[in-house]
Amino acid sequence: MSALLSLRGVWVEYGDKVVLEKVDLDVEAGSFVSIVGPSGAGKSSFLRVILGQEVPTRGSILLDGVPLAPECGPDRGVVFQRYSVFPHLTALRNVVFGLECEKAPLAARLFGSARRAAEEEAAAMLKAVGLGDSLHLYPAQMSGGMQQRLAIAQALLKRPRILLLDEPFGALDPGIRADMHALIRQLWSDYALTIIMVTHDIREAFSLGTRVLALDKRRHDPHAPHRYGATAVYDLQLDRKDRKPLGITVDNKGNKLEAAL
Amino acid sequence: MRWVNRHMRRQDRLFLGGLPIALLLLLYLFMAMQRHSINPADKILPLPGGMAQSLGALMAQPDPLSGKLIFVADTMASLERLGIGIGISTLIALFAGLALGVLPPVRAAFGPLVTGIAVIPPIALLPILFIALGLGETAKIALIVLGIAPAMLRDLAGHVAALPREQIIKAQTLGAGSWQIMIRVALPQAMPRLLQVVRLSLGPAWVFLISAEAIASDVGLGYRIFLVRRYLAMDVIIPYVVWIALLAILMDAALALMSRRLFPWAHGASH
Repeated sequence: MSALLSLRGVWVEYGDKVVLEKVDLDVEAGSFVSIVGPSGAGKSSFLRVILGQEVPTRGSILLDGVPLAPECGPDRGVVFQRYSVFPHLTALRNVVFGLECEKAPLAARLFGSARRAAEEEAAAMLKAVGLGDSLHLYPAQMSGGMQQRLAIAQALLKRPRILLLDEPFGALDPGIRADMHALIRQLWSDYALTIIMVTHDIREAFSLGTRVLALDKRRHDPHAPHRYGATAVYDLQLDRKDRKPLGITVDNKGNKLEAAL
Repeated sequence: MRWVNRHMRRQDRLFLGGLPIALLLLLYLFMAMQRHSINPADKILPLPGGMAQSLGALMAQPDPLSGKLIFVADTMASLERLGIGIGISTLIALFAGLALGVLPPVRAAFGPLVTGIAVIPPIALLPILFIALGLGETAKIALIVLGIAPAMLRDLAGHVAALPREQIIKAQTLGAGSWQIMIRVALPQAMPRLLQVVRLSLGPAWVFLISAEAIASDVGLGYRIFLVRRYLAMDVIIPYVVWIALLAILMDAALALMSRRLFPWAHGASH
């Protein structure tokens, strides 16, 4: 398979603090990549450079072989842990917003038949994420799980090449989280999505992903811990049919990673 | 029970809230009656009857120069100045606040200027306004605008700039550009804050209005108060002050109601 997204020697530095060093990566279309790693290992920075929210200090990121513009665009959708829906719009208007931006550059609003068509499309998408009965609720009237469903519907309506999830289920109750896992797996196969998900929940990373990347520092200088950045230390392709016997990997620092969780 | 946990029922709140006001009124009445028992012609603490009589005269009596009823003319003149001043300030705060809050280059270019203007005491500019704009309505309205617009603008720009970064990013991933983010994401979320800022600016706006009217005017609530001060006419000053307070409370309540009606999503989950 050809790579949809390629990172070539990507470095992210803030001043003399190195966050990511020399990340080389290819993500194939249709894969579900989970990113795990300890706090401060640059998981969020990694997502931000792919999203275009941050520009890498060095290296390049290619989407379909074309270098990415250094700002966010509709080819990459995103769902954050919080604040990814607009509190002043109802669920339906939140989803219609994406269509209005595309079709009405000046007014950013649709009227008449164009609006009805957009609302129908948005309502269908809301139904697909299980919010068919909550079209006219404001986010403040919704539970955390419903807000995340709404954020996913918003992103999916734009048919992004890649969907980026930044700890999307981290703030949810365990029961709700299981429902959301089922939903995202369903959407992933229904819409043939390519998903990159950052999570701190290793079980979630392995149960959802087709590939798990662990970001961490390869080297550690105790006198200047900020001078080495993180990179992908483990890159595990999971066989969807039988992904139990992956065994234990030991790296050069003696860390164990038990893949078969 | 600890005082932090003593939540008041509605009737108790009304009773407790009215108590200090009633006590102050009683205290005033007591002192006024005491002074009048010594000197029936006392002017310093007029009795309610005297105040009603004087105010009634101002309501019924036309101004010898303009022919209008004095109380009505004063109220209309002051409200017009206040309304235009607050209206202009609100528009400036909204448009400039949005641009400064959303667009970093605009913030970099004009932020220091706005801060510079905001720290100048507006009353210190009044002589300049009178020299440049004359003693007419323009200078008075300009004083109100200079007095309240910079603070309103800074507050609104700060509020817009503090919108969660995630929202701005999300809007861009949904295909929105700078303009669309301004009018569809930032503007609606700035509106409830704008109404709140207007409410908070009502106090300063009245201060600047009364100041401008006191110094150079021929009609207006502030003008009348400072005019009759020469005759120790407390029987006019006190009703005028009460009237100003009533107007201010009405405006504040109207703005609060408007915000709850127009932007229910900004007032908690209880829509």
